[in-house]
Amino acid sequence: MTKSVLLVGVGGQGTILASKLLTTGLMQAGYDVKMSEIHGMSQRGGSVSSQVRYGEKVLSPVIEPGGADILVSFEVMEALRWLNYLKPDGKIIVNQFQLPPMPVITGEAVYATDIIQELQAHADVTVVDAAAIASRLGNPKAMNIVLLGAIIKAMNLTDIDWEQLIRETVKPAFVELNIQAVRQGMAAV
Amino acid sequence: MKKLLTGDEAIARGAYEAGVHFAAAYPGTPSTEILENLAKYPEVYAEWSPNEKVALEGAIGASVAGGRSIASMKHVGLNVAADPLFTFAYTGVNGGAVVVTADEPAMYSSQNEQDNRNYAKAAKLPMLEPADSQECLDMAKLAFEISESFDTPVLMRLTTRVCHAKSLVQCGQRQEAPVRDYHRQMDKYVCVPAVSRKLRVKVAERMAKLAEYSEKTPLNFAQYNDLQAGVITSGDCYFYAQEVFGDTVSYLKLGMTNPLPANLIREFCQKVGKIYVIEENDPYLEDAVRQLGFDPIGQALFPYTGELTPEVIRKAVFGQALPSIEYDQSKVVGRPPTLCAGCPHRGFFYEIGRRKDIMVCGDIGCYALGSAKPFNAIDTTICMGASISMGHGAQKIFKLGDKPTKVVSVLGDSTFFHTGINSLINVAYNQSSTVNIILDNRITGMTGHQENPGSGYTVKGEPTNLIDIETLVKALGFRHVRTVDPNDLDTLKKTLDEFLDLDEPSVIITRWPCALKKFSQEDKAEFTDAFSQKYTVDTDTCIGCRICMRAGCPALSFDQQAKKAKVDKVQCLGCGVCAQICPKQAIIKEGK
Repeated sequence: MTKSVLLVGVGGQGTILASKLLTTGLMQAGYDVKMSEIHGMSQRGGSVSSQVRYGEKVLSPVIEPGGADILVSFEVMEALRWLNYLKPDGKIIVNQFQLPPMPVITGEAVYATDIIQELQAHADVTVVDAAAIASRLGNPKAMNIVLLGAIIKAMNLTDIDWEQLIRETVKPAFVELNIQAVRQGMAAV
Repeated sequence: MKKLLTGDEAIARGAYEAGVHFAAAYPGTPSTEILENLAKYPEVYAEWSPNEKVALEGAIGASVAGGRSIASMKHVGLNVAADPLFTFAYTGVNGGAVVVTADEPAMYSSQNEQDNRNYAKAAKLPMLEPADSQECLDMAKLAFEISESFDTPVLMRLTTRVCHAKSLVQCGQRQEAPVRDYHRQMDKYVCVPAVSRKLRVKVAERMAKLAEYSEKTPLNFAQYNDLQAGVITSGDCYFYAQEVFGDTVSYLKLGMTNPLPANLIREFCQKVGKIYVIEENDPYLEDAVRQLGFDPIGQALFPYTGELTPEVIRKAVFGQALPSIEYDQSKVVGRPPTLCAGCPHRGFFYEIGRRKDIMVCGDIGCYALGSAKPFNAIDTTICMGASISMGHGAQKIFKLGDKPTKVVSVLGDSTFFHTGINSLINVAYNQSSTVNIILDNRITGMTGHQENPGSGYTVKGEPTNLIDIETLVKALGFRHVRTVDPNDLDTLKKTLDEFLDLDEPSVIITRWPCALKKFSQEDKAEFTDAFSQKYTVDTDTCIGCRICMRAGCPALSFDQQAKKAKVDKVQCLGCGVCAQICPKQAIIKEGK
């Protein structure tokens, strides 16, 4: 049975590195894996998604609305934007982190304060304060790896040796930070 | 060992394994990573060419000289390269030659949605259409063999999802392809009319042989399941269709889509009941099936635009998508792409956006975002290099009608070298009084930071000759040329005022690096204090007038409760544009 993980966020938040580690780990564990991303103009502060699918044999690299087993949002508003991609019984992991879109910055629109409640009204939601966790670890940019840890736990992928993978993939100076970030992300779910 | 590769990476790997010697491209989403990855192999000569025509012509020369060559480009890039392409089809090759076009159904990062399969037909070239990364690698290798066996360039057509989706790929080893001997063959490579008339006949004979090949190649295959319905498809649509139909229908999967295997298609259509043709963009396969006398279901049911993802196919065939959560979407605020914090284009678009009675001809690059709110500062965007030439035409008409409207044409450094330079030659030659702005951010920004003729480095990171834009422009004969710092709004404004008043053409070069650029040694020396400052709002002085919001900066927001502007310290790169806009000098350098 193919599983679908949808990672969403805002350009520059590090969804690409998180999904790269996730897919590499899945591949090494023997799964067939496909991942789809859109590069280009949308990077410039726009809404971005990494779509990861794994199983015995994966066909389409893209997840369709109603098709994601888990929606992992690096930003609060983005979770609501992509909610229709979640299976009706799917799970949400949402980072307690807001990036105001340009219409909010210019004052044309407001950033609603009850988005997480809106999500909770429809699905099983885990809120992770990945920014705070990463900041405590000494680098707010490690937020993406905290969220990777949360995905690993939520998708029952703890058998894979993620720490070894981080040692092989990440620059030596960031290995320890990222290992701690994964551990704390796992503990947060 | 299997690797998880994007289609672009797999094309590069396939070409590498096929022993390719020469690779050239101009960056363009979604094709950019093909050349970026080829450049990583020391055995391959790789270059960013100034544009796609130059890239393809380089590849043609390399092929004629006996090397295996590849040129890759986005779909609109093939328009630029179409001139050499059509005659290359006549000459054929010496060393194998492959041209890759990366099409963009749904236009994620493009100005149009053209289906370049039509080029294969029009130019009379064999075409391969991979569906995933493994096919990208396998077909890239095979393309070189087809090229040399049939003496023809081969076109490979990818789409965004094939280029950028990752899937597992079995990689092999590089097989060195010896460079073939070169000798002068005027009856093959000198396309004067007498030669071309003969070559035209050869092309027809070659296509007939390729049609036979297309019938036999395993790239085209039928997969028989239930015979009540059959799907004829190519590229990523093959997987999308399988996602929706599973094994409830039969499939005819076409990997070689020019020339098409007429007999194979006929046989499939005779065996199955209902025939669906599932393809993105033009009814390319559908028309071919119709010409064979069948009545398939294609664009009568499936959209002619966008991607035919599983959702789209499902809705078209079964009338509904998968069950999903219904919710109030009114709280979802759009997130249009914006100029980054610290972007050197911000100051320019702020200044130009405030002016009345001008027409701004824009171009292709990040600065197309100058058309977005809050700047609303661009009148036209057509294609690479068009800003300057369109501006020229427009200015001539305003002058003819005695209208005071002044035209400002604006493009980036890489786009200037691409084709803007030809346009500027026209302005110099035919003298329109346009103000031509070259936003020189020292890199090709939009596609993710590729070197260009003005950056001083090659794709392999080696230092090279740096073409100085100001010197070049002056050599064209422009008398009014000025290089300015775009973060210095006062100078920028004065220069614009001065040049807009002229009755002859002028050029302004704004020179400041892209905020995301990895600085070279030269950048560090030139832009010593770049991005070293941060700004903050003095809340006692801020009157909450929101004028600074006109900078459209993602690092700057308005605190609704406090009624004050707010700078996000993490994002701010200290360009100082907002501080110069603020009428109360309430945005100040941090620590002062």
